[in-house]
Amino acid sequence: MKILVAVKRAIDYNVKARPKSDGTGVDLANVKMSMNPFDEIAVEEALRLQEAGKVTEVVAISIGPTACQETLRTAMAMGADRGILVQTDDEVQPLAVAKLLQALVAKEAPGLVILGKQAIDDDSNQTGQMLAGLLGWPQGTFAAKIDVGEGTVEVKREVDGGLQTVALKLPAIVTADLRLNEPRYVKLPNIMKAKKKQLDVVSPADLGVDITPRLKLVKVAEPPARAGGVKVADVQELVAKLRNEAKVI
Amino acid sequence: MEREAMEFDVVIVGGGPAGLATAIRLRQLAVQHDHELTVCLIEKGSEVGAHILSGAVMEPRALNELIPEWRTLGAPLHTSVTDDRFLFLTARRALRLPTPPPMHNEGNYIVSLGNVCRWLAQQAEAAGVEIYPGFAAAEVLYHADGRVKGVATGDMGRTKEGAEGPNFAPGMELHAKQTIFAEGCRGSLTKTLFERFDLRRDIDPQVFCLGVKELWEVRPEQHRLGRVIHTIGWPVDQATYGGSFLYHLENNLVSVGFVLGLGYENPYLSPFEEMQRFKTHPAMRETFAGARRVAYGARAISAGGFQSIPKLTFPGGLLVGDGAGFLNLPKIKGSHTAMKSGMTAAESVFKLLRAGEQAGTEAIDYLHRLKNTWLWDELYRVRNIKPAFRWGLWLAIAYGAIDTYLFRGKAPWTLRHKADHTSLKPAALCKPIDYPKPDGVLTFDKLSSVFLSNTNHEENQPCHLTLKDASVPTRLNLEVYAGPEQRYCPAGVYEFVEESGSKHLQINAQNCVHCKTCDIKDPSQNIHWVTPEGGGGPNYPNM
Amino acid sequence: MGALVIAEHNNTVLNIATLNAVAAASKLGTVDILVAGHQCQAVAAAAAQVTGVTKVLHADAPHYAHGLAENLAPLVVSLATNYQHLLAAATTNGKNVMPRIAALLDVAQLSDIIGVVSDDTFVRPIYAGNVVATVQSLDRIKAITVRTTGFDPVAATGGAGTIETVAAGPDLGLSQFKGEELTKSTRPELAAANRIVSGGRGIGSAENFAIIEKLADVLGAAVGASRAAVDAGYVPNDYQVGQTGKVVAPELYIAIGISGAIQHLAGMKDSKVIVAINKDEEAPIFQVADYGLVGDLFKEVPALIDALSK
Repeated sequence: MKILVAVKRAIDYNVKARPKSDGTGVDLANVKMSMNPFDEIAVEEALRLQEAGKVTEVVAISIGPTACQETLRTAMAMGADRGILVQTDDEVQPLAVAKLLQALVAKEAPGLVILGKQAIDDDSNQTGQMLAGLLGWPQGTFAAKIDVGEGTVEVKREVDGGLQTVALKLPAIVTADLRLNEPRYVKLPNIMKAKKKQLDVVSPADLGVDITPRLKLVKVAEPPARAGGVKVADVQELVAKLRNEAKVI
Repeated sequence: MEREAMEFDVVIVGGGPAGLATAIRLRQLAVQHDHELTVCLIEKGSEVGAHILSGAVMEPRALNELIPEWRTLGAPLHTSVTDDRFLFLTARRALRLPTPPPMHNEGNYIVSLGNVCRWLAQQAEAAGVEIYPGFAAAEVLYHADGRVKGVATGDMGRTKEGAEGPNFAPGMELHAKQTIFAEGCRGSLTKTLFERFDLRRDIDPQVFCLGVKELWEVRPEQHRLGRVIHTIGWPVDQATYGGSFLYHLENNLVSVGFVLGLGYENPYLSPFEEMQRFKTHPAMRETFAGARRVAYGARAISAGGFQSIPKLTFPGGLLVGDGAGFLNLPKIKGSHTAMKSGMTAAESVFKLLRAGEQAGTEAIDYLHRLKNTWLWDELYRVRNIKPAFRWGLWLAIAYGAIDTYLFRGKAPWTLRHKADHTSLKPAALCKPIDYPKPDGVLTFDKLSSVFLSNTNHEENQPCHLTLKDASVPTRLNLEVYAGPEQRYCPAGVYEFVEESGSKHLQINAQNCVHCKTCDIKDPSQNIHWVTPEGGGGPNYPNM
Repeated sequence: MGALVIAEHNNTVLNIATLNAVAAASKLGTVDILVAGHQCQAVAAAAAQVTGVTKVLHADAPHYAHGLAENLAPLVVSLATNYQHLLAAATTNGKNVMPRIAALLDVAQLSDIIGVVSDDTFVRPIYAGNVVATVQSLDRIKAITVRTTGFDPVAATGGAGTIETVAAGPDLGLSQFKGEELTKSTRPELAAANRIVSGGRGIGSAENFAIIEKLADVLGAAVGASRAAVDAGYVPNDYQVGQTGKVVAPELYIAIGISGAIQHLAGMKDSKVIVAINKDEEAPIFQVADYGLVGDLFKEVPALIDALSK
């Protein structure tokens, strides 16, 4: 079985995003970019399945500008066998990403596609579900644990208030949550080896996908500062306020 | 422990201007002479530029020599200095003084040195240098006979207690015929080399300054593209060496910083607070009206100059850049000298390797070559300016004028330096300094500042700020010096915390911005800064 | 052309997050609710009572029992052409199913909205809440998930909606519910918790952290900690609020002995209601707290536990 893993180049999680002063977008000039952390977990999971002998090939896919090749090289340095870049300088929104991945699934015929549950830039949390919908495949989102069996995959999902287990028919889509695993460190010799691994570049047009945005960014701003509230005199007053005013207990 | 090893002709430690210039020059020479040469550069920051912090006004002299076509190659030197001011500040007033000659900036550029390094790294990779950011050189490796064999990168995935965690990945040995240390000011391996090869014998101790810097996006009406302002005087007293810089660069950005000599005496002094206070000066605060602070960071620089330059070579390796102390303090610039030292070292090393010298030879002609460059002359001429500041600001200025104009830097004497960690006076003899509270608009507290350095360290790893004796912080530092590490650290790493009646030192290693001040200023040199896991530390954008 | 809200429920009780989604939908036009489940008549009846609801669409079949997206999405798609807006609360269920619906309809989705500007333009946080984006949808149907803390819930009663049964779609047999472990006895996971009690350096020791855990248990809350408390070794580092993936936005966040360093604030400032208990009345945490109590935590927290246990 082959696994496709989608990896996004996103702002590094240590870097604080800041809106441009004209509100047209987020200032990313000379900002450190990395692989989206949830995608790193997705790659790690694919590699563990491969190391467990359940998977024959792990193919990493990224979509975006040339610089995304670095992200693919990172995935290959972790251990992915090869990479595919769908290269475009245009904005690609989740629906278009899902369509591009759908086209690549048709070409590569994987048994499983693993994605991060969301990217830490647009925080959409959509692509995996959309891809599953377009393919008519089952989906195991927010995965905390996955077990690949014969023709099925069992996914333990992080849901509100607990864990839910579902069994999915293969082929299937899985999206990785934080607790699925802890990604490995990339080793220096593997970075060198990754430079020689196969990396194919295609365009959205090659895949026959229209990536025209469906959402228009009107503006961005810093979130309004939170105003301080009131001081309460004692615990009784606090409990009363929480019950009657805030209604949260 | 078994570690994998890899062989290169040259390994360079550090991706700053010195290391990158060395790498580029080496590959240029290799191509020029059609000589096979593998060059590997490692950098502890998550990417090249992530740990670079500088003013910066850049003198393009070395760059012109290294990459003459830099303009067409898109080097990020966009803003020429067009207006150069030198001010003396009192608490309320600003007096314009004639700009001292070393500080003249005709032909220079206001830059983000981090972005210059990002660009240099692209040039280096294009020239065939292998660059690996995110890997810290944690250990110098030696041959049995004592020659330097290379370096080892740090282990990844050790727990707080030092045990191998679930994702443990051992470090890697990088062997080279020549290893070049370009770690920047107070490099942690360079420090061990000083001892091992006795490189600092018969020279002055190195002295240092700490630069605390902020980047602001100001309102267009407050912006004066190309303006450079330096100040001396307030808020520090005349006995303390310190001054500010304020540069207007592209995109309505203003780079503002305060540079303070670490030879200060009062343990109550806080370089961070001086920087905050500086911005409130009537002549300064207007610039920041309605502006937004976008980045923060700090870094120590070497200030000893000529008389503190150590022996530069040893079998199998050499030192370049500010780790060796090539910064020109009166000029307050070091990137051009760092690059020049790297280029010169590259020439020596290349000659050696081309002649087929075996691994571990000493590139002794590096020093001779350096002596014939403008770098040597430049540092020699200004050597007496900084040490004269021990007489106070006014005498130092007067002396500086005599030394510069009368002797043209060639006075028949050399003033000496005294190590910074010896200068603190006991707290009992000093007056606490009452710094104003931050207003959250123009002035800030340390933690909200550190937040803007984007620094982080994986939490579960051994603390990279090691103490030789764990009792010193309370027994000596707190008792005698009122805990100066709480104040000289610009990142809030050191805190004295009270727990059940007694105080102990809490080290918040995650906050560290790798400025190295603690390693320098601790009165008994009890703090030893070692490299944390590669990729940790600040992630400076545009600094 | 109104809005259709997908109800969140467990076949017996309507989840209150639905009321927040209805609140957002009410700003857009008439509101219908889809209750798809198994033997969930009670939920349909409750949904009809919700203020502002015109019509309840009730689909009942065993394969809707657990709200699995594979079967639910086609059902919603079959009803969607009558609506301009499809909404669900941004719970794990809503987040799971809505993008699948959007893809099947070939429309974009707006995730986690916290504000409605007009019928096609919405406000949503991006970059872990560090940036707020105003986004316009160019599609005819707008698929939306609603961040519950962004909208006050409508009243659960007072409405008079009609209930209409809709035919169930087929069981596609792609996925199968195997079981769930709900954290009733154990504490909820930090990242997904509705309520969080966090302790800071002020707690003083690892042993003292028991007091935080006790309060959390009384409230059914998750336990968090500030970086300072983690650094001081009181709790393991996965308790730390603000690190990767641990940006939290619960309904109720109680910060105890936490000064409110920016690193911590960045991790929890999107919480709906923030309570701070700290002896230092100048602590920055009070600048963001809705309710601040200045006092000794070792006195106030036990008192709070007592008051809440009654």
